[in-house]
Amino acid sequence: MDFIALRKIFYTISGAFVLVSGVALVVWGLPLGIDFTGGSLMELEFSGSIPSQEMVHNQLASFSLGEVQIQQTGERGIIIRMRDLDEETHQRVLGSLRTADSNILEKRFVSVGPVIGGELKRRAVWALVLVLVMIIAYIAVAFRHVSHPISSWKYGVVAIIALIHDVVIPTGLFVYLGQFHGVEINALFISALLTILGFSVHDTIVVFDRVRENLRKHNGANFKETVNVSIRETITRSINTSLTLLFVLLTLFFFGGESTRYFSLALIVGTVVGVYSSIFIASPLLVTWQKWSSK
Amino acid sequence: MSQSVKIRIIAILLLTAGLFAGAFALPKAGFSFLPEIPYRLGLDLQGGTHLLYRADVSGIPSVDVAESMEGLRDVIERRVNAFGVSEPVVQIEESRGEQRLIVELAGVREISEAIRLIGETPFLEFRTERPAEERQAILDAQATGGRLGEDAYFIATELTGKYLKRADVQYGQTGIQVLVTLSFDEEGSLLFENLTEQNIGKQLAIYLDGLPISAPVVQQKITGGQAQISGNFTLEEARDLVRRLNSGALPVPITLVSQQSVEASLGQAELARSLNAGMYGLLAVALFMVFWYRLPGLMAVFALLIYTALLLVIFKLVPVTLTAAGVAGFILSIGMAVDANILIFERFREEMKAGRTLAGSIEEGFGRAWASIRDSNMSSIITAFILYWFGTSLIKGFALTLGLGVVVSMFSAITITRTFFRALKLPDSKMTRFLFGI
Repeated sequence: MDFIALRKIFYTISGAFVLVSGVALVVWGLPLGIDFTGGSLMELEFSGSIPSQEMVHNQLASFSLGEVQIQQTGERGIIIRMRDLDEETHQRVLGSLRTADSNILEKRFVSVGPVIGGELKRRAVWALVLVLVMIIAYIAVAFRHVSHPISSWKYGVVAIIALIHDVVIPTGLFVYLGQFHGVEINALFISALLTILGFSVHDTIVVFDRVRENLRKHNGANFKETVNVSIRETITRSINTSLTLLFVLLTLFFFGGESTRYFSLALIVGTVVGVYSSIFIASPLLVTWQKWSSK
Repeated sequence: MSQSVKIRIIAILLLTAGLFAGAFALPKAGFSFLPEIPYRLGLDLQGGTHLLYRADVSGIPSVDVAESMEGLRDVIERRVNAFGVSEPVVQIEESRGEQRLIVELAGVREISEAIRLIGETPFLEFRTERPAEERQAILDAQATGGRLGEDAYFIATELTGKYLKRADVQYGQTGIQVLVTLSFDEEGSLLFENLTEQNIGKQLAIYLDGLPISAPVVQQKITGGQAQISGNFTLEEARDLVRRLNSGALPVPITLVSQQSVEASLGQAELARSLNAGMYGLLAVALFMVFWYRLPGLMAVFALLIYTALLLVIFKLVPVTLTAAGVAGFILSIGMAVDANILIFERFREEMKAGRTLAGSIEEGFGRAWASIRDSNMSSIITAFILYWFGTSLIKGFALTLGLGVVVSMFSAITITRTFFRALKLPDSKMTRFLFGI
């Protein structure tokens, strides 16, 4: 298969996905959860049938709880989201709900103050920036000896383009999920994004590594052909590595706990997009760039 | 001893060590003579509550802040210990100039009670005797595990440290016994008078932070608002108590800014599901490796099993606190651990296609793979490191298991598999080539 010849098709597909994700992100914004915005979440299990949403709303109307969202979970459970509560209000809310069903089991209660939420946001941004900088530095060092026919910093830039591609698409998916399925982004999603960054570079480096090796071996050969051969030589490895990752991620998604479900979904999408981009985007981009600059 | 015998002995030792590690990691499947150490589970998996307090140190000169925070931690630690929680965590944290206190309580059922006891000023209270039949009812219920939070012997009264004017240390008449004397304010004096009047001949217990420190028998009605506590104090303890009572409050006022509580059953379900997922994941990876790479794949699976056991042993011995995210990181690392093997085995095939001998391809595959494996894993290690550095406890759990996993697997996948190959000393036959999938 000639990966380079078909590059325009791949560019178009990826471009479309990135564009849609980017627009979604700008229009709808990230569905930030209470980890970032502050607020509280209460998961309750009723002993009998669960009351209607209206009943719960009425029950809570006397407390000023901000915007209250109620969501069913499982057969007898509900999740209530509201503003952050101090312990006293928390107990009063719980007590008021218990007048309807005295055996309510509070399975989970999380309350995050707005200051803490804002702080997590700042930390997440810092971590993202730091990972990016470190990875760029790492690529620059790893490829410092390659300069022909395209200079080493270009490998770095291309790896970063692939990296942005790999992060933007899963983010776009979560914007969509947030908008239409009430999914919220928590601190774990940030870890997933950063892990995707790591994987993305990992796959890209393996292909570039081979390009570097082949350039040395077949000095003077056609650059386009060298890249094509390098992809062909590493594709099984790239796909198999991603497959084993996908196996564990899929079992985690389907059989794992509730709290890591969307985390594994983000990683699944990131892994698929990551291996795709290292084969079909990053390496062809090297050739495109080399052609431009030799014109 | 020849080189090949040595390698074989090492291979057998590795397998045996793997078996022992496995038995230690999974005691139910193992041998009884190994010491049993439990895994340390995070609050989200065993149930419990994580509380974050902000300490208001604005009224304290900056040189004294550290000391006051330590004082605060000590007081709260003492209160927390009263719940009988196993390994409670009370930590000071500083973030952007703000002093905070983290309190983690595992398996506490009465969270609101715990929060009340932690947050309120030290609490001195007077309690009166509970009628005998009520006491018996509570004791009976407690024998079968019910009403555990209740005090069977005494009933709380209105009289608390709130009405205290001041406390002092005094020596008793013998000059040996150390007494703590309390003076109440006006309202407190009245309450105390009523209490003593109604309880002549009965015990009046004095509780501090929910624990009885003394329970004298009331001799007569006491007016004037003076009381004595004659617990078995040393002078040191009495002074400490008086200091605390007089300060009346925590050394630093605190407010609860965030809490996360998970009920135990939810945590256990979460843990069971995560473990299941891990097993299926391991199985899927193992099957894939054997079907795709045949004999080398099988060896990679052995290396993977040893790796899994080894990491579990590390989790137990360090010990690493396992959260849901941490378990996810561990499971993820299982998928990544065979990456090095895949890289090496693909190299085998390439080298053999290029006309090398079997043994030559194996050595070449291992020899060349290291740089590539190191380079490609470096980005994951960087990520794990930064996540650990920046993360909240949730993220830290994930970063730690993932990072440990990547580092350990890099070595296990290479050294263990290589030892197995060398120990087997496969002849370059048609059969072997078939087993290598070439």
